[in-house]
Amino acid sequence: MQDMKPEDIVGAYREHTLVHFDGTRRNVLVTDIESPYPDGRLIVSRTDPAGIITHVNQSFVDMSGYSKEELIGAPHYILRHPDMPPAAFRDLWETLRRGEKWQGYVKNLRKDGGFYWVKATVIPNIRNAQVIGYTSVRRKPSRQKVAECMKLYPTLF
Amino acid sequence: MPHVFTVSPDFTPEHLSGWFIFNTWLQKALGEAFHLQLYDDFHSQRDAIKSDRIDLIYANPYDAAMLVREKGFKPLVKPEGKADEAVIAVSTERPYLQVEDLPCSIKLATTEDPDVHMMGMIMLEPADLDAASVELKVCDSYVLVAKELLKGYCDAGVFLAEAFNDLSSVIRKQLRALVNSQIQVVHHALMISPRLADHRDRLLGALLAMPENDKGKSALAALKIPRWERVDDEEMEFMIDLMDTFVT
Repeated sequence: MQDMKPEDIVGAYREHTLVHFDGTRRNVLVTDIESPYPDGRLIVSRTDPAGIITHVNQSFVDMSGYSKEELIGAPHYILRHPDMPPAAFRDLWETLRRGEKWQGYVKNLRKDGGFYWVKATVIPNIRNAQVIGYTSVRRKPSRQKVAECMKLYPTLF
Repeated sequence: MPHVFTVSPDFTPEHLSGWFIFNTWLQKALGEAFHLQLYDDFHSQRDAIKSDRIDLIYANPYDAAMLVREKGFKPLVKPEGKADEAVIAVSTERPYLQVEDLPCSIKLATTEDPDVHMMGMIMLEPADLDAASVELKVCDSYVLVAKELLKGYCDAGVFLAEAFNDLSSVIRKQLRALVNSQIQVVHHALMISPRLADHRDRLLGALLAMPENDKGKSALAALKIPRWERVDDEEMEFMIDLMDTFVT
């Protein structure tokens, strides 16, 4: 996946290198600008079994800052924020591989370097006893839960 | 013996005459006898589904998982351009302007309408409210939900957006919507049991052709539905997966 580009970033930024579970690396540029989660909306996406995005709704496009064309075919970790501990995503994939639903609070990275918090729920899409992909639904999180995660996550690296 | 057709109990009495007209249309369209069986509540309807007494159902999205994944029902159609959305509202006498302003423990007026209630509870989460911090007052109709708010008995209420918008202007003026869902993909659907699988294609064709003939048109008008839109198996599976993510 391509590194983030300075010309896409809004505001002062810091640079980080992320190493994903598949061994790929990505340079990301991060600001302190938070986008508030819109009331009443759900951010919905679907991926194939390898985590490649196959479907996004308009709220996903609006909140991520990427176009639909940029998102379809990209790995879901295009949203990975360096403040998120890798242990959270290990737990996500282990839970999904058991065929179970995963729920957690996630800080997502926008194309412009900003971020937004979500309460995410991911479930395997099982058809005829086969996992054909995953559906991820994000909703507005409780600020108290976000505050707890902001304290906890730095301790998990 | 006639086949049994039923309708989600969340419909108000004024919609029921439309379903009787639709049932008459259905019998003529398929040349088969159908009995429209109405249930007073979701529990008794679910008991009927579980004991395989239903052949055709206009189902609440909440029940779609059981119908498809446990009972082998197949989707047929949904009303065009009509999704189920929820509204959280309060009395204008209360100081709350957004969900986050609600106190840490509230009394919530709601109905037995399962999908709307579930969407409502999701929209309360940003205020750190959940089943443990919400005391429910379950009402028989959305008008009664509004009355609970206006009389000051409840702090907030959950409405089907359509029902909220249909409240009289006198009542509406005394209520403040804190948040409206914009989920867009949760909808009721007409679904057919595996016992009638042989009729699926013929019924689907007749449903989609309703706007093209007078009898079909008047049955749709009685239901206040412009036309039916086909729901394929994967669209229904997607909605069921999505609803599953609402359950904590």
